[in-house]
Amino acid sequence: MLALGSLVLAQGVNAAARQTPSIFAPASTPAAEVAGYAWLVIAICAVIFVIVGGMTLFALYRFRARPGDEGREPPQIYASSQIELAWTVVPILIVFVLSLVTARTILALQKDERPEGWLEVTAIGHQWWWEFHYPEYGFTTANELHIPLSEGADPWPTFLNLQSQDVIHSLWVPRLSGKTDVIPNRTNHLWMDPHEPGLYVGQCAEYCGTQHAGMLLRVVVEPREDFERWVAEQQRPAVARESLESERALFEQTACISCHTVRGTVARGEFGPDLTHLMSRATLGSGVARNDRANLIEWVTNPDHLKPGARMPAMQLAPAEINGIVDYLVSLE
Amino acid sequence: MAASDAPTHPHAISWTDTLHDWVTTVDHKRLGIMYIGAGLLFFIIGGLEAAAMRWQLAFPENDALSPETFNRLFTMHGTTMVFLVGMPVITGFGNYLIPLMIGARDMAFPRLNAWGFWMFLFGGLLLYFSYFGSTGLYGAGSAPDVGWFAYTPLSGKAFSRGNAADYWILGILISGFGSLSGAVNMLTTALTMRCEGMTLGRMPLLVWMMVVVSLLILIAMPPLTAAQVMLLFDRYLGAHFFDTQAGGDAVLWQHFFWFFGHPEVYILMIPGFAYASEIIPVFSRKVIFGYSAMVAATITIGVLSFGVWAHHMLAVGMSSGLNIWFGAITMVVGVPTGIKLFNWIATLYGGHIRFRVPMLFCAAFLLQFLLAGLTGIMLAAVPFDWQLTDSYFVVAHFHYVLIGGLLFTIFAAIYYWFPKMSGFMLSETLGRWHFALFLIGFHLTFTTMHIQGILGMPRRIYTYPADRGWDVWNAITSFGVVFQAAGIACFAVALVLAFRRRVPAGDDPWDAWTLEWSTTSPPPAYNFEALPHVKSRRPLWDEKHPEDPDWKYE
Repeated sequence: MLALGSLVLAQGVNAAARQTPSIFAPASTPAAEVAGYAWLVIAICAVIFVIVGGMTLFALYRFRARPGDEGREPPQIYASSQIELAWTVVPILIVFVLSLVTARTILALQKDERPEGWLEVTAIGHQWWWEFHYPEYGFTTANELHIPLSEGADPWPTFLNLQSQDVIHSLWVPRLSGKTDVIPNRTNHLWMDPHEPGLYVGQCAEYCGTQHAGMLLRVVVEPREDFERWVAEQQRPAVARESLESERALFEQTACISCHTVRGTVARGEFGPDLTHLMSRATLGSGVARNDRANLIEWVTNPDHLKPGARMPAMQLAPAEINGIVDYLVSLE
Repeated sequence: MAASDAPTHPHAISWTDTLHDWVTTVDHKRLGIMYIGAGLLFFIIGGLEAAAMRWQLAFPENDALSPETFNRLFTMHGTTMVFLVGMPVITGFGNYLIPLMIGARDMAFPRLNAWGFWMFLFGGLLLYFSYFGSTGLYGAGSAPDVGWFAYTPLSGKAFSRGNAADYWILGILISGFGSLSGAVNMLTTALTMRCEGMTLGRMPLLVWMMVVVSLLILIAMPPLTAAQVMLLFDRYLGAHFFDTQAGGDAVLWQHFFWFFGHPEVYILMIPGFAYASEIIPVFSRKVIFGYSAMVAATITIGVLSFGVWAHHMLAVGMSSGLNIWFGAITMVVGVPTGIKLFNWIATLYGGHIRFRVPMLFCAAFLLQFLLAGLTGIMLAAVPFDWQLTDSYFVVAHFHYVLIGGLLFTIFAAIYYWFPKMSGFMLSETLGRWHFALFLIGFHLTFTTMHIQGILGMPRRIYTYPADRGWDVWNAITSFGVVFQAAGIACFAVALVLAFRRRVPAGDDPWDAWTLEWSTTSPPPAYNFEALPHVKSRRPLWDEKHPEDPDWKYE
């Protein structure tokens, strides 16, 4: 009994740990609209497949050569304008109807300007991580996008401005919306209004160099109050602990601050992710590893171990220095 | 391969003489065979690259390959399969068959023909030399890793240092000259060198389709070449066409590339239709149904192919109007393509279908191409494409087109015309094994890939987390490679055995109807003793059925 129970439990845990970003498990209007429209397209195509495929199989089977056919040719039939016309017109009609439905869906979903009252987030693609800027709240974070639940009488959809710092990326969270490319020198747009709280995974969908596969993306959808609490926490500058004064000094005296920002301190670098509230994030390196002390030590020692090709260099620090810096990082809650 | 036009020395011919004959040849048949042979060698290389990638992706978080290695592999695999396998094989068959099918003694420009082949081969070798030379003489170089469509600014100097991307640019640019000269040659030959009585309306469908393909190459290839030169200017002469850091436009490259790239899909696929349009009638024992409709559909596909390029770019943030246009016009391509499929089915209808190896491959092609076309409609359905593009669904779709469609018909064409080219039959038994194993492998690998795409797996990732639910599907996809490789092994053995066993093919092993079967196998250097005179689309039918010739009905 115990074994069976633990087996069931283990499977339950497994299922909970699974994060399959299926496009047919939509949790937001754009994704749901696309899924509904997709089922229509698939249904039409399936009917065509069954009919035409059935005709092909029937012809192949029914008209196979049989004993006695040798030396005897079947009747030669050259063409028929009526038949050609029929199988030209019917597909044209199908295409016409499908194009109208497509146009309607495109017009309903594509938005180039932020409607009044929507949350605005600017997502900036970098090789190989995401920067998220909340202009209304004046803070920046990385790799884990928090957006509010949008439901019922009080909807609060999120409107994303997409920009790139370097090459072309593409932002794709399948359960929340289709993808849109993130292109340097342009601003593209994407929106989502999640109906269920939870964690949604996605990743960069346009090949962007060595660690394209390591440019993962996590979207945390929270009820309004939780989201607002998170915003308030993120807006605070970094809280420095008195006891970690020397560790902070160590961090600020190394090259860390050329690339990273810790708001409220001298660290104002812009090439790497904002570290002000590093420990509020669950993962490191844009989702490639869990954000804990052991992984932070490995990351600071040599980012290539966890993410080969990552742009952050190994700083060649002594173990004691690395320990000190990680002590400071762990305090950035 | 047996060469009937080899000089007949009284003593044994040394291998250097044979080599010299082949290297210096301007004979369209030898060049055709060399194109196909070189294409098949590159096919083995491209296939091994794919197998290595599938090994890496068979398990989540696998570290068999580094990300750099993997990115080079998919770049080289895609570039190889499109430019160094697809293009030479279709050019090779065009070269070999067009003069024979229209009753000519050679191509219009035999020397240009040879030049084109050597340019293609040089371009391909240059691309592969990148593995040794791309960072110069000092360090160990390596191959380009920018993807086969080399999107800017990733392929610009700022993000692709060293010379790897230059090898991609120049290798493809040079082999492109080969394709262009081949197109000029095939077009001129078909238009000006047809034998007496062969009006345009009596040209075999294969020749018609290669005419359309040649026109597509002539219009589509130059924009790619121009864009590649512009990229070289960006990289070395301080130009900023695509250099976003200096105000250049990243999307401009995509417009140039896909203005070439989409017609390119038809440049590769229409020859597949061409082989099927010759093989299906012969093995159904019926004339092709709707010859004129087939020609019209081919021309329509050719014209439409220049209006659909941005369906590769539906997620770049184009306006709704453009998205609606490119989605709709892409679906329209389904109409002429459907006409072709219906005509092939009508050709089968009422026939006496002989399931020899070429016909087996064509039968699978019909069903696979149907599915490839329907997933193409799904991808043209713009909002659906926002989810599917750049996912494994797209990978599944275009492999269904290029393997399930093109490669299956290429295998059909090889089994069908090999007896003409060599004078020997390929083993029917090994051919059936080849077909069965490859069919199983193809579906294990590429039918499952649709599912990874729907489950949110992007293409071109060298690894993926274990918690995504993609692992089982990827394992099946990779497992299919074993069957595909076994099928290809049967094919290779069949080719070798054909020259060991030397089962004579005779002039006309399939009881076919076009002119290439009226001469010996292999044909002499001059092709025909006397140039033929034709009165219909099926001159050999007329000869075999004097009581009921075609010209009475056409």
